[in-house]
Amino acid sequence: MTQSSPRLLVRKLSSAVLHEVSFELAAGEIVCLRGPSGAGKSRLLRAICDLDENHGEVRLDGTSRESIEAPRWRRLAALLPAESTWWEDTPGAHFPRHPPYSPQDLGLGAAILSQPMARLSSGERQRLALLRVLALEPRVVLLDEPTSNLDAENGRRTELLVRRHVDATNASVLWITHDASQAARVGRRTLTMDAGTLA
Amino acid sequence: MSFIHLSTTDLAIAAALVALLALLGPVRAAGLSRQLLVAGLRTAVQLTIIGYVLKALFGHAGLLWVALLAAVMLAVSGYEVRARQERGLRGWWGYGAGGIAMFVSSFSVTVFALVVLVGAQPWYTPQYAIPLLGMLLGNTMNGVALGLDRLTQSAWEHRDAIEARLMLGEPWEVAIAHDQRQALRSGLIPIINAMAAAGVVSLPGMMTGQIMAGAPPVEAVKYQVLIMFLIAGGTGLGTLAAVWLASRRLFDHRHRLRLERLRDRR
Repeated sequence: MTQSSPRLLVRKLSSAVLHEVSFELAAGEIVCLRGPSGAGKSRLLRAICDLDENHGEVRLDGTSRESIEAPRWRRLAALLPAESTWWEDTPGAHFPRHPPYSPQDLGLGAAILSQPMARLSSGERQRLALLRVLALEPRVVLLDEPTSNLDAENGRRTELLVRRHVDATNASVLWITHDASQAARVGRRTLTMDAGTLA
Repeated sequence: MSFIHLSTTDLAIAAALVALLALLGPVRAAGLSRQLLVAGLRTAVQLTIIGYVLKALFGHAGLLWVALLAAVMLAVSGYEVRARQERGLRGWWGYGAGGIAMFVSSFSVTVFALVVLVGAQPWYTPQYAIPLLGMLLGNTMNGVALGLDRLTQSAWEHRDAIEARLMLGEPWEVAIAHDQRQALRSGLIPIINAMAAAGVVSLPGMMTGQIMAGAPPVEAVKYQVLIMFLIAGGTGLGTLAAVWLASRRLFDHRHRLRLERLRDRR
């Protein structure tokens, strides 16, 4: 690939709710995505990781998305949805054998991995879901309000872990947030979405 | 062989039992009276017709006529499978997934049994071919209908978990595997129960029929055992095929869950 290929290139991406969305992410860049509820922010993340029907051009380091098998693509451009879903009895059963980050990195006890899922709070689940998606070691991380259920301190821990992951792997991040101060802390650049298009 | 002929009056008295049941308060309150009477009527009419069809067919044992009747039976069972789905697949696939599965399993098992096991001359002799196919198709239809209904219901209920698994990079085959196992279990449990209870709790219909018609009990038992095994094979293969085809249809080439391909709950 040429040196000039962006990490993620999105060109004229359209779906049922998106209208010709185009933007680029550089390697190691964290970009915030903001906009009113119903603007299509979550839909954009779902379209990029190819969970909803969509058309347009999406490239990762110059390689077209369609040339990569969908399951592998979703590991390369991984989505953390606003609501996490768990299907095994314990959180640990959803993780690979050697995840890159531990629960302690987000202020959780190590024993939490063997707790019954039903006993976990929404904030604990949200942090575990971030650890689960980072365990895929994605090159693009698509985050849908990853700190919405967290207090200020754990919100900061989450921001720091994402930053640490970016520094370690040179991954790029597209981060939906409603919090202007969070956008100012984590991203150098902000994209604003309204009615299915980028402003 | 000798057996006691039943008169029309005998049948009418038995029919009165169904009519009486349909008139009972709780049955009416559950809205089952109409269904019960319609189903009873269908039994009488359909079986009478098939009785005369078989009588005519036994006269001229042409392969074409046997194949035609088999095709009609398959078409009806495809329709019945679709009618029993709470959320079946939309469009052609609503018939196709079950229909293809039943065709592949029931027909292949029937032909196998006729050629290799029964060995009648010619192999499509209607006296053996039609009853065998009928029993296989009837039971396979149950398995396929139960399996498909469970699969689509389960996929609908677990759509968040299935999508979460897709998001984590699992291929569709893995993301739906849990629901497929449940569906296969639903489809196969009736025949497993029937085999386990045969002769202890229940005396299967075909065997009792043969015995009442004067066949030696041990000969009738041999036929029944054969039938049970064929039904198990046909139901298992049919349910497997139907569940695989339908779950394939729930995803597209990019491993996306496509629940809009299911009908709305009726």
